[in-house]
Amino acid sequence: MAYVIAEPCIGRKDGSCVEVCPVDCIQPLKEDADWATVEQLYIDPAECIDCNACTESCPVNAPFPDDQLPERWAAFAQRNADFFAARG
Amino acid sequence: MRAAVVGAGPSGFYAAGELSAAGFAVDLYDALPTPFGLVRAGVAPDHPKIKAVTRVYDKIARRPGVRFFGGVEVGRDVTGAELAERYAAVVYAVGTPDANALGIPGEDGPGSHAATEFVGWYNGHPAHTSHDFPLAVERAVVIGNGNVALDVARMLVLEPEELASTDTADHALDALARAQVREVVVLGRRGPLEAAFTNPELLELSALTRAEPVVAAEELEFDAAAAAAFAAEQADPGSAVPRRIEILREYAARPSRGASHRVVLRFLRSPVAVERDADGAVSGLRVAVNRRVASAGGGGGAARFEPTGAEETIPCGLVLRAIGYRGRPLDGLPFEPARGLVANDAGRVAPGTYVTGWVKRGPSGVIGTNKQCAAETVARVLEDRAAGLLGEAGDADAAAVERWLRERVPAVVSWDGWSAIDLHERAAGEPHGRPRIKLVEVEEMRRRAVS
Repeated sequence: MAYVIAEPCIGRKDGSCVEVCPVDCIQPLKEDADWATVEQLYIDPAECIDCNACTESCPVNAPFPDDQLPERWAAFAQRNADFFAARG
Repeated sequence: MRAAVVGAGPSGFYAAGELSAAGFAVDLYDALPTPFGLVRAGVAPDHPKIKAVTRVYDKIARRPGVRFFGGVEVGRDVTGAELAERYAAVVYAVGTPDANALGIPGEDGPGSHAATEFVGWYNGHPAHTSHDFPLAVERAVVIGNGNVALDVARMLVLEPEELASTDTADHALDALARAQVREVVVLGRRGPLEAAFTNPELLELSALTRAEPVVAAEELEFDAAAAAAFAAEQADPGSAVPRRIEILREYAARPSRGASHRVVLRFLRSPVAVERDADGAVSGLRVAVNRRVASAGGGGGAARFEPTGAEETIPCGLVLRAIGYRGRPLDGLPFEPARGLVANDAGRVAPGTYVTGWVKRGPSGVIGTNKQCAAETVARVLEDRAAGLLGEAGDADAAAVERWLRERVPAVVSWDGWSAIDLHERAAGEPHGRPRIKLVEVEEMRRRAVS
């Protein structure tokens, strides 16, 4: 399992999640070149340890455990994975 | 410049990482030969993925300039003053190991324990191997509404077969396999709106193979004050409370599936006395029923709860309290007894002496909360370095420090020594499909570390 950042993050990118993630698996970071241009933040499913810290800190409840992801946002699971596949 | 970090749990590691990044050589001490603090000794065995955070700490420990000294207890083996003589900065990351007491009659004695003892016991902490919990009882009561309370409830109802594939300590696996607990009652002083447990843990209660969650619908009814508080949560897009209430209402509405075991969530109940039979064994927990009091000015401050006058007794044979933790006074450091913490200003105790983690800010937050906490504390260290306040103690020769330490603690455990322990534990677990079989005796850990 892993967490997925879904629709509520779009256009928001609060970043509290990045600060509390114990394994630094949420990107981009504020200092990254692409931070300004991405529409949301993403969780690396290969690194996520399911600790729930991101969900607790998010002011808009954007992250979900992948088995709790609302149906209408199912596509976000792949979107999060794709971001890291593209980054390589 | 050299810095010492006392305590190799998450908060100590994040501090070591920040100090190392700022150019300090870091010596990381722990009283146990095994690092990782509550990640090893606190996180429940059925949450193995969270323990993967140790890969981050392993990277920090392996950085050039970072050394681990395990099995060294500050206060027993070396003193804080001796560390201050050898390091430019000493950062204490020692946590809050003491459990809060209820302060009720009957609390002391067999069968009534801090959850920390039970958790330390099933997680193989060397200081908690010899507890004898009365598990041949039908009902256990867990006092508290945080994730520790739910961890403990799960460990009491998980099937032996489920536990057998975890890193639960062997002595606990044996005892829990023989346990006869059928019902665990989890008590909260306040209401469901105030519960501190998180939704994933609440959801886990419906995924247990032989136990089902039980919630009384009437305890989820809101009076006007609670309804107003709930409305405020519903209006907050970041609140976890609406989902929590949704889950609890679903539990209350769901018919029993006839499971052999139950985890019963009861709210608005405060423990008043632990009742004991003629042999001194726990026979029940007397509780007071509470009600929510509307706060003056409508919704401004935190909700208050007061007794209604009604009381009831819950028959049980085991009482575990999971109601928060306190730090211990450390020799030479100013202590705030009211809060159970070392007095500090954003992490600084005095130039050269710092705190981070729970001993600095109280037992709150999650593993990752310690990242920012450590950054804040290390910012104080850097301010003091820039201001020339760290003195020359930190110029002591690294090899000389190690020689001094080895004279004091000949069996001090290095990171390679921990790796040997780790390898041994994992190899022992592998043929049984377990992540590891933990060593639970310090002397055995020390032996493995050098073999």
